Amino acid sequence: MQRPFHMTLHSALVVSAVTWVAANVGGCTHRGEDEAQTARVRLVFKHGKIAGRPDALRGLLDRFEASTPGVEVVETSLPSDSDEQHRFYVINLEGGASEFDVMALDVIWISEFARAGWIRPLDALLSEDARSDFFPGTLDAVTFEGRAYAVPWFADAGVLYARRDLLAEIGAEPPRTWAELRNAARRIRDLHPELHGFVWQGKQYEGLVCNALEYIWGSGGDVIDEGRVVLDSSTNEIALQTMRGWIEEGLTPPSVTTMTEEPARHVFQAGRAAFMRNWPYAYTLLQQEGSAVRDKVVVTRLPAATLGGWHLAVNADTRHPELAERFVRFMTSAEAAKTLALSFGYQPARRSVYDDAEIRANSAFIPGLPDILGAARPRPVTPYYLMMSKILQLEFSAAVSGLRPPKVALARAAEALRHLMGEEGPR
Amino acid sequence: MIAVRRRTQVAFVAPALILLSGVTVYPLLHVVWLSLRRRLLIFDIDRFVGLSNYRRLLGDDRFLSALANTAYFCGVSVALELVLGVSVALVLNRVRRARGVVMAIVLLPWAIPTVVSAKMWAWMFSADYGVLNYLLGRPVNWLGSPFWALNAAILMDVWKTTPFVVLLVMAALKEIPEDLYRAVRVDGAGRIGTFWYVTLPLVAPMLVIVAVFRTLDAVRVFDAVFVLTGGGPAGTTETLSVYAYELLFQTLQFGYGSTVALSVFLIALLLTGGYLLVLRRLPSRL
Repeated sequence: MQRPFHMTLHSALVVSAVTWVAANVGGCTHRGEDEAQTARVRLVFKHGKIAGRPDALRGLLDRFEASTPGVEVVETSLPSDSDEQHRFYVINLEGGASEFDVMALDVIWISEFARAGWIRPLDALLSEDARSDFFPGTLDAVTFEGRAYAVPWFADAGVLYARRDLLAEIGAEPPRTWAELRNAARRIRDLHPELHGFVWQGKQYEGLVCNALEYIWGSGGDVIDEGRVVLDSSTNEIALQTMRGWIEEGLTPPSVTTMTEEPARHVFQAGRAAFMRNWPYAYTLLQQEGSAVRDKVVVTRLPAATLGGWHLAVNADTRHPELAERFVRFMTSAEAAKTLALSFGYQPARRSVYDDAEIRANSAFIPGLPDILGAARPRPVTPYYLMMSKILQLEFSAAVSGLRPPKVALARAAEALRHLMGEEGPR
Repeated sequence: MIAVRRRTQVAFVAPALILLSGVTVYPLLHVVWLSLRRRLLIFDIDRFVGLSNYRRLLGDDRFLSALANTAYFCGVSVALELVLGVSVALVLNRVRRARGVVMAIVLLPWAIPTVVSAKMWAWMFSADYGVLNYLLGRPVNWLGSPFWALNAAILMDVWKTTPFVVLLVMAALKEIPEDLYRAVRVDGAGRIGTFWYVTLPLVAPMLVIVAVFRTLDAVRVFDAVFVLTGGGPAGTTETLSVYAYELLFQTLQFGYGSTVALSVFLIALLLTGGYLLVLRRLPSRL
């Protein structure tokens, strides 16, 4: 692949990033010394900061080292902010960095990195047999132009949190459609006017796109269909109107336009809302001691769920492609998934892990989650996604905050998307 | 002889000049060069496109809206900061006791890093838990409504940087000789007259300098807005720098992103030039 030459600002960033890497890896020099004696190969695994006990991950790496003589795995973490991680990878991979071999990528970056030629195809790791255990959405997300470029590591999906006690008061089952949800929220509000009906993520950011897609897919619409932009449909207009309707009807507070995941969770956890859209991570926190909604929460599926999660990919410039692949195979195995799930609460991307007795017994995992993950859909799988998302964020925000009618917002977004895909296309 | 001395002078100054141009002029020229290219890392596109990025700029709704937001932010925040800054400085100038303590309190907001104060204000602006709504007794959607969000960012900026204006204006006030005040009093000028004919003209040069500093900061405003609203809702708080950041670092459009970044530079340059003209026209009294 021909690489465009570097620009100064860029190179300066590369230098600072490399220095940073050097400083991080530098902590392991004592290992470097015995490497010289035994000629061990060093694999570097980069991932976002993992909250929780570091020894669990180290234990997993030790197991891999034990099973693969002559290999030493060094793991280094990047800041938890995913924008920053993206910037780090882009700068380093564009500069042809080979200091790291395996990396954990956000589900929305994979086709972008694949298109840029920064990550190796990993078809060998996802044979027909191996694929059957992974959730289908995760496999779609790692596939670009017919080839797999990453292996699903752990998965995430939007879910609906409901208050069991409030549902019981109105004698309703957890809602299954947007209309049922609205009805239930209305009836609860009639009994408890002090409560918010439904909180979700309405700030102008990536999470808003995740939320909006759940309405769009839930009513049968889509953003792109077979390479064509189909965003400006009447179905999608109704979907966005449903979102805006929450605020217009007063079931969702207007401040939802500033809400990301955590502010929404705080409101729900304080017992101030009947329903919440969020990711599965919130479950453990809602169930912890001191939570006003402890043991009152029921988690169900949304009419459609957006897939999230992190997947493992191999640097195209790695010096140890076979070992890196072996490492990815190991880290994405059911065994590793179970360890990571129990230590860090990550939801495995493999269905079979949820049948494990220890996982089933662990209260941190939402019952029924495998079915939700199984039905979750990835955001548009295209190298344009990040640019697309910025357009969608802006126009969805305009519709939700009432600045433009949904029809106008969708038309504007569709026009911008067509422009993007037509003009910026690889020619 | 003179030629030799000249050469020696040049030789002595050269290292500093080279270093300076290495860190300022070269990157700037590089951005200019980038702004003439279509450069998309992901798609391996890197080609010269002449002025087409600049033409795109003129028809780009987001650029125009970011430009309008930046102009509004800049105009309102700088005006408020100057008016408030002069008022507070006049009051403080009369404080005789515990002046150090009062000054320290006034300066405090300026000493807090912008990102920290933006986080702090984000909490205060919170529609559900914020202290502002608690005091007002009604739920104003400060950061989430297209009407309030940019004004909320301005409020934070004014809170944060008025102390800077106060500090510099107070320094200018100290330079005004008591005699002048006595003289105008003899001439029968009242308080307003004194302010209008003595104080204001004498602090004016300092005000222009303060305005240059504040305007340059306001034109480039990034952190305050980025932390408070991230540009939302619906892009109503997106400033030029936030837009440039998105193009350059979030979606990796280096060519067009550089064009937008350069436009910020050019606007700042023009404004500075304008201020310098004003400064030159001011009668230098005293």
